[in-house]
Amino acid sequence: MALLTAKGIHVRFGDRVVLEEVDFDVREGEFHGIMGPNGAGKTTFFNVLTGRVKPNRGSIELAGENVTGFPSHKIARKGVSRSFQIMTLFDEFSARENVLAALPEFRDSGFNPAKAVTAEKKWQDAALDVLAEVNLAEKADVKAKELSYGERRALEIAVATAQRPRILCLDEPTSGLGSDGVRRLSDLVQRLKGKLTIVAIEHDMSFLFSLADRISVIHWGQVIARGTPSELRENEWVRRSNLGKFA
Amino acid sequence: MNGAANNSPDSARLVTPAMLLVWALLATLPLWISRLGLYPYIGIEILIWAIYALSFNLVLGTAGLPSFGHGAYFGIGAYAFGLCQFNIAPNLWVCLAAALLAAALAGAFVSLFISHRRGIYFAFMTIAFGQIFWTISIKAHSITGGEDGLLKIARLPADFGVVAFDLKNNVSFYYFVLAAFAVVVMLLWRLIHSPYGKVLSAIRQSETRASHLGYRVWLYKASIFTLSAGLSGFAGGLFAMAQLAAFPDVMSLHHSGYVVMMTLVGGGLVSFWGPFIGVIVFLVARDVIGAFTNAWMLWFGLLFMAIVLFKPEGIAGAWRSFVQERGGKVWKSVAGERLRLLFRSG
Ligand SMILES: Nc1ncnc2c1ncn2[C@@H]1O[C@H](COP(=O)(O)OP(=O)(O)OP(=O)(O)O)[C@@H](O)[C@H]1O
Ligand SMILES: [Mg+2]
Repeated sequence: MALLTAKGIHVRFGDRVVLEEVDFDVREGEFHGIMGPNGAGKTTFFNVLTGRVKPNRGSIELAGENVTGFPSHKIARKGVSRSFQIMTLFDEFSARENVLAALPEFRDSGFNPAKAVTAEKKWQDAALDVLAEVNLAEKADVKAKELSYGERRALEIAVATAQRPRILCLDEPTSGLGSDGVRRLSDLVQRLKGKLTIVAIEHDMSFLFSLADRISVIHWGQVIARGTPSELRENEWVRRSNLGKFA
Repeated sequence: MNGAANNSPDSARLVTPAMLLVWALLATLPLWISRLGLYPYIGIEILIWAIYALSFNLVLGTAGLPSFGHGAYFGIGAYAFGLCQFNIAPNLWVCLAAALLAAALAGAFVSLFISHRRGIYFAFMTIAFGQIFWTISIKAHSITGGEDGLLKIARLPADFGVVAFDLKNNVSFYYFVLAAFAVVVMLLWRLIHSPYGKVLSAIRQSETRASHLGYRVWLYKASIFTLSAGLSGFAGGLFAMAQLAAFPDVMSLHHSGYVVMMTLVGGGLVSFWGPFIGVIVFLVARDVIGAFTNAWMLWFGLLFMAIVLFKPEGIAGAWRSFVQERGGKVWKSVAGERLRLLFRSG
């Protein structure tokens, strides 16, 4: 069953059409990769899925509910979390505080001024657990802006998983990572796979082809190819384009 | 986050050692203030402006929203206090509540227009609304007394049922305002260190991220603006009592500028107590430098410029870095970055 379905998504900025007509679906539990050339509109498509950009046409259904045009905070509360291609961490917060702010139990604690953030041990512990999963437990009290690039990437993912999402959207998670970092990320995603439904935009083909259940190729504002990694290896366009160079 | 270090146990307290120290100093102020050559009345002014500046800093320092028309809410509180006294009930509690509510209502109204904005757009709109309220206060002559102001406002007695205090005398009024100040300080300290305060500070750093974490960003901005306006109005009500009148002047753009200057000079961008320090420096400078030259504002203005350019962490931040460096630690100021973020419109 499809957990998320996007139909006929059309987005333009002024008179520039970025997405012509994108159809897309994610099945419960699958890892769905998205690839495509620079500027193809992949991030824009994520922005549509997560409520940041309203599509000019088309619809999005999440678990059978029409969520088209919902604002991002509402989509987030329905269980869609995301990481950002250009990192947008809370720079002044420690790693732990970044994760803490993402915990649903923290978010739902409301406006009660009698609660002190630092005194709520269960939040602090829960945040630490999430950090441990991405090997950042030792850096819990380091400010986000003082972390190394690779650590910040890991923190991005920790924040997205801390939301305990139904669907995790990752926008180029390997970008800027060295081979070591990519390997660690692969391990992490491998562990998340199956527990979570994941959609990942990625330029790193070996990363994507080794992990994805299905891959969609976005180009010219459309999905021009879709299938399992082995199906895509046979695809004419993928073979001809630079993107196929992995093979 | 704002103020003591994140993991400091103080952030979970209702009353901190710093508060006790400040209160103790303030409680003895009437005993020593004249020896410094200052008028005792300055104590009342300091406390009222401190309530105002601390409330203002919820918006500027905590939420990172540049509000440059906050004088409007201070002034609305002052008028509401007087009008309530003349037309509704000459009761201190009712009139102070009226001051708070009237200003909060005005703040809530304005926040509907500005809570989807940030940066320079937010700043311009707060100025525009501030000017509108100021103009109304001058033009609505029959209600506000126009440029002459609303006169003959009385210092109503503080009636606690079992005992009632007469506040006509400046010393008793000073202690009344000190009690109000203490309550506001505790309230703000708890608020800033609650999950709500944490989210505000997250929003200051990245609205985008906060909304993708499920926070309804505009509601946080609107609510903190409303609360800040309400508390500014409460301070305004006290100010009407102090002055025995309400004038349009406090609502003007340059008066709104004062609270911004006080807050930044004191170090409101990085410190809870920053606005309080700024208020003291501003008012003492006014009385001391003002005794020698009419152009005291020129000197304070220069100080303000120097701080924005070279020491955006203000006096509180400079003090903290001094203490930390003596302890062999490095304190990296975030003030410059926060100042920059204030005007980022994205
Ligand atoms: N808010 C916006 N306003 C105007 N144009 C935009 C906006 N967002 C994206 N675009 C344009 O849409 C096009 C697609 O951008 P997008 O970021 O979605 O591409 P992408 O596939 O993610 O590329 P990359 O691989 O480089 O990340 C680009 O030309 C970009 O300039
Ligand atoms: Mg992109």
